[in-house]
Amino acid sequence: MSTSPAPRLRMRGIEKRFGATLALAGVELELRPGELLALVGENGAGKSTLMKVLAGALQADAGEMLLDGARYAPRSPIEARRAGVAMIYQELSLAPHLTVAENVLLGAEPRRGPVVDSAAAARRARAALARVGRAELPLTRRVSELGIADRQLVEIARAVALDARVLVLDEPTSSLAKDDVARLFGLLRSLREHGTSIVYISHVLEELFAVAERATVLRDGRTIETLDLARATPGRLVAAMVGRDVSELYPRSAAVAGEVLASVRQLSGARAPRDATLEIRRGEVLGIAGLIGAGRTEFLRALFGLDRVAGGELRVMGLAGPRTPRERWRSGVGFASEDRKREGLALERPIAENLCLPRLERLARGAWLTPAALDSGAARWIEELGVKCSGPRQPVGRLSGGNQQKVALARLLFADVDLLLLDEPTRGVDVGAKAEIYRLIDELARVREPRKAVVVVSSYLPELFGICDSIAVMERGVLHAPRAVDEIDEHDVLLQAAGGVA
Amino acid sequence: MNLRALLRMLGPALGLIATWVLFAALTGSSFTSWSNQQLMLLQTAVVGTAAVGATWIIVAGGIDLSVGSTIALGTMVIALLVREFNTPWLACAAGVASGAAIGALIGALVIGELVRVVTLAAAVALGGWMARAHGVGSGIGVALALLGLGLVVHWRWPARVPLSPFIVTLGLWGALRGLAKGLGGNQPVYADAPQSMRAMERLRELMYVGDTGPFAWLPPGVWILAALALLAGLAMRFTVFGRHVFAIGSNEETARLCGLRVERTKLCVYALGVACAGVAAVLQLSYLSMGDPTTAQGYELKVIAAVVIGGASLSGGQGSITGTLIGALIMTVVDNGCTQLGLDNWVQELVTGAIIVAAVVLDRIRQRAEPA
Repeated sequence: MSTSPAPRLRMRGIEKRFGATLALAGVELELRPGELLALVGENGAGKSTLMKVLAGALQADAGEMLLDGARYAPRSPIEARRAGVAMIYQELSLAPHLTVAENVLLGAEPRRGPVVDSAAAARRARAALARVGRAELPLTRRVSELGIADRQLVEIARAVALDARVLVLDEPTSSLAKDDVARLFGLLRSLREHGTSIVYISHVLEELFAVAERATVLRDGRTIETLDLARATPGRLVAAMVGRDVSELYPRSAAVAGEVLASVRQLSGARAPRDATLEIRRGEVLGIAGLIGAGRTEFLRALFGLDRVAGGELRVMGLAGPRTPRERWRSGVGFASEDRKREGLALERPIAENLCLPRLERLARGAWLTPAALDSGAARWIEELGVKCSGPRQPVGRLSGGNQQKVALARLLFADVDLLLLDEPTRGVDVGAKAEIYRLIDELARVREPRKAVVVVSSYLPELFGICDSIAVMERGVLHAPRAVDEIDEHDVLLQAAGGVA
Repeated sequence: MNLRALLRMLGPALGLIATWVLFAALTGSSFTSWSNQQLMLLQTAVVGTAAVGATWIIVAGGIDLSVGSTIALGTMVIALLVREFNTPWLACAAGVASGAAIGALIGALVIGELVRVVTLAAAVALGGWMARAHGVGSGIGVALALLGLGLVVHWRWPARVPLSPFIVTLGLWGALRGLAKGLGGNQPVYADAPQSMRAMERLRELMYVGDTGPFAWLPPGVWILAALALLAGLAMRFTVFGRHVFAIGSNEETARLCGLRVERTKLCVYALGVACAGVAAVLQLSYLSMGDPTTAQGYELKVIAAVVIGGASLSGGQGSITGTLIGALIMTVVDNGCTQLGLDNWVQELVTGAIIVAAVVLDRIRQRAEPA
């Protein structure tokens, strides 16, 4: 490999084994000074494990790392940080009860004797925040009061305050609104100009092509290749990731709308939605677009009975008025949460339990439910959705994000619901699993009899345009009438979402 | 079953065998004799019975710090009823019921039914006082008025106020102990008349080896523990209710999303779980032959320790009845063995403490060895 400048970081032959599985089977990676390198691969390819090795959270079984030419083998995240390698996790690792300044300087507080030197602390926190473009953030504000975008900036500011040479960002845009994404990209550019090297993990290909010049592709714990993104196409990149051609990301069979399964009139909740009117028919895939915080999730939750309904009329699967989630499941409505960890899945519990939880009684004889019955109830769906696991009794938290999401969706198939409410169904899911989820949605709504109705909330417009028949836009709690996807474009949706007239 | 699951189940059992063998080697036949095994099982009965219930509560993501006070209160209730009515078994049923009632109270407070609990308590207390002071009619009147007021408050302000089980049962830890002392005017309650002494004698037999049948082999109290554990263990592993409890303990939000009746299930778990403490009160009373408001001090921690040594997670969603029984037995073996060795009490306490920490550390290591 010809290396024009000396690499900032070189990882050679990195191996890591967990019990019987070889998670990393000899990974090669090279990061140049001031470079933004994309690290891509399907879930389970070993990206997270590799980055945990880099950040000191795990130790490699074999291989070596060189940081600016010196041997680098951190035994803990703290050692890694001291050496100048900082990781920004998908689930941010801030202390919510501490202030902005305390979080920025956590573990590196300037001291005067045993006491924190508060003047110096304020100065350094202020400087770090200025570097990330948020100098105006009040230092004494508690982090729990900040929005997700600002929390992320605080976390990056913490890395900046430590003069990180290598910064690892794992899916940094997954919960950011569009403006915040643009701002983050600007920040990454300025960090690179100061010489910081960045490893960037994302499933959103458009982002990678926008911010990275090279992409290292992992598959099955191995480095497949490193592509120059100026010359590679997205198709080429995906093919390297999945090891085969992904011919059609968004399959679309002919749609035939059937009877109305749910109708909602001027629905309002405690805070959001304020006014939502909608009709959902069998055989239809309906998308709901909007900005983060517009009330899309709250709309689904109110519909499903998880949030209080304040006003309006609703009739879902023949049941009038607000109902409990229990009644919803029993009448044929299922909901998949956007937040798998907090709400969607009981992570320590086995796959089978998670999958069958809404309708366990279907597998039971009276009150009795044997583990074997539970396994066999889940097995069919594990196979049909291709969940990669060691068996139905594996704790669901041990699966990769894409496989966790498949379990969360399989729950709706097991319960055999007619109306599927999916909140961000492909968040944190790799390209391969995404394609499978799109195909599943198409099949459920348009192919397999009896056809179902699917409502998809998503912040990713290409996905909505790819799979939906029509898209309704939620704007500050108000749900606008849905329009067919061939009559509108992304521009119309964005304009409407932002409160302009489309 | 795969190897890891087997190891997870056998881990505490191996610990028990190792502890037993260690003390057997150190002390000899006085420890290994059959009568000492009988004694150790007997010594496990009270804590073990309460721990079976506590396992359910901990698996559901809760905690009960008031077990010891519940047991003491239970012995007082039973002893008072035995002294008053000379009916041993009815008194025992009332003891178990008092446990279930306390559990229902804890559960109701945990799920946030503060308004209902407060009005019900006020209605009972004030109504009872009025009934004594001014006749039954006015008592019922006051109680109904208060209940009506509660209904109105609940209707105007239907929001639940969920409380942490730690706080609720910390409060009850003190309050129930106080109530137990109040019931007996700060004194233990003995059977004093010949009839009630006979009734008490019947109860004493629960904790003694009998003459014939299975009770000649082990005292009835141990069989009660075994039956209760079997029932609770089967229910935990092989019923829909059991799966629901695990799901709620692991992630309450997931349970809610999946349409589980989270509040109702938690209420049931606390009522049934603390009813086990009521059963433990029966055994404790039988052991003491009196109601004692100061008995079972610190049992709440022994009970929790048994559950934790048995592999349960204090954050909920994990645990087993088998593990809990083994945990309770390990603690008995240590206590008994140390006594046989003539070691001071403080050594026992030190060793028990070390075992609790070691059990949790081992569990963590075992979990970390699994792939991330």
